[in-house]
Amino acid sequence: MRTTPAALELRGLVKEFRAPGAVVRAVDGLDLRIEQGEVVAFLGPNGAGKTTTIDMILGLADPTDGSLAVLGGTPADAVAAGRVAAVMQTGGLLRDLSVAETVGLTGALYGRDVDPLPYLERAGIADLAGRTVAKCSGGQQQRLRFAMALVPDPDLLLLDEPTTGMDVEGRREFWSAIRADAARGRTVVFATHYLEEADAYADRIVMVSHGRVVADGTPAEVRALSAGRVVSAEIDDDAARAAAVDALAALAHVDSVEERGARVLVRTGDSDAVLRHLLGRTAAHDVEVTAHNLEDAFVALTTEGARR
Amino acid sequence: MSTATLSRTAPAHPAAPAARALVNTRYIKVELRRVARNRRSLIFGLVMPVAFLLIFGASSDYRTQMISEHTNVTAWITVSMALYGAMVAAVSGGASVSVERSQGWTRHLRLTPLRPASYILAKLVGALALGAVSVAVTLVVGAAIHAQMTVGAWIGGALLAWLGSIVLAAFGLFMGYLLPTENIMQILGPLTALLSFAGGLFVPLTQGSVFYHIAQFTPVFGVAELVRWPLGADFSWTALVNVVAWGAVFAAGAAWRFRRDTARV
Repeated sequence: MRTTPAALELRGLVKEFRAPGAVVRAVDGLDLRIEQGEVVAFLGPNGAGKTTTIDMILGLADPTDGSLAVLGGTPADAVAAGRVAAVMQTGGLLRDLSVAETVGLTGALYGRDVDPLPYLERAGIADLAGRTVAKCSGGQQQRLRFAMALVPDPDLLLLDEPTTGMDVEGRREFWSAIRADAARGRTVVFATHYLEEADAYADRIVMVSHGRVVADGTPAEVRALSAGRVVSAEIDDDAARAAAVDALAALAHVDSVEERGARVLVRTGDSDAVLRHLLGRTAAHDVEVTAHNLEDAFVALTTEGARR
Repeated sequence: MSTATLSRTAPAHPAAPAARALVNTRYIKVELRRVARNRRSLIFGLVMPVAFLLIFGASSDYRTQMISEHTNVTAWITVSMALYGAMVAAVSGGASVSVERSQGWTRHLRLTPLRPASYILAKLVGALALGAVSVAVTLVVGAAIHAQMTVGAWIGGALLAWLGSIVLAAFGLFMGYLLPTENIMQILGPLTALLSFAGGLFVPLTQGSVFYHIAQFTPVFGVAELVRWPLGADFSWTALVNVVAWGAVFAAGAAWRFRRDTARV
């Protein structure tokens, strides 16, 4: 049996930009392998190197160092064969064309005559076929970009912050269209800085910060990293506290146990179990539970990457 | 999720070979439709030269005033305006890359199999198509206001005006890549008119004058002289050198900016 090449294989990818008086490393040794059929969120704050990485995957930029393979070949080959398509944040539309004409023209770019309607239907904008692009809202234009990306029936679809500027309703509709499409087995990689989006729509989340991968796993795994709580309590007796620390550290879902004077701080993904233990089996008092804000955890994780 | 069950063996619709051909007829067709719909370029490329012709060329004096045995002044103005129309069409056609760059279209094209050269070719075809219509309409109006010249001059003038405008299409492309602005024709429109004055397209230049000497080095001079050659003027090598030199300068400039635009960073 023939082995299918990875949708994406990035190894030690580096991209440097020359700024006056300094060299900026936008991507700093990024390793990533994405198999065909995966739906992956590329999650990171602004300036994490997401767009630069996507530019390199699409062949718009050359890496300074490292290697990348798109569907087993070069980005240029994948583009020329119509095997990769992208939905960019802005631009890429001719404002004087109608929505249907734009999809028809996209067919021309791939050397084919296409009936725009099925693509517009899949993107949920069939009712806008006759509308001029200039008169479409940002969300409608984004769905048009999605319809265009469907024309070559690419193996790999890249979306760069596709819902920026969309309202909640538009965002939900856009993602349900993407999700329906991904269910057919297409590899989808989308960059986003919305945690909820990555959580809700990806099978796998790759968190990047300062041009490196800082976390990589299923949404559940990443949620566990980020959705933890801190449980703290005071235990006055030194021996009892030491025993409690050991017992707490042995509990499932406990990430770390820290002593600050008489206070014990437990970072955990399961605060209920920690509370039960503390209250049921120790002499703990003044118990506090602080929920980790998703964003706080995200920031913590991404700044950790910076120090590495 | 299991990747093995969902991985696909081949794309259902790989890019057709036509996508990589230099001449992408489908793209050209859309481009022509866009040119035909662009009210602005129709006004500047079609309506204006005809209006100029009617304003400046319809005088009855010009009809009777002959510049050679078979050719009246009206014919001289008709051919000049035909060239002007073709030039404006060419400049605006070439410069439209500027608009499409600012809309991110040329960047988008780099994510598709369409070759950059095919895009430029489609732009040139669009510009030359509008130029051809402009030349034809201007000559028909010229005939209606009694322009007189030989059959050879009608045909030769038309062809030279049309093909000569390619120099200006290269100029438009060069400027279009150089000036990334949506409103580029607000600069290039008046500039084309200015160059036309400087090159003696609207008002004949007095040979031997200081102005004539300067005019010889301006880009419209060459095409303007060549277009009048079939009307009975002497063939001018200076004009031909002018056309070739400026054509080369603009084409090289356009190619230089074009390469920078498509270069990977």
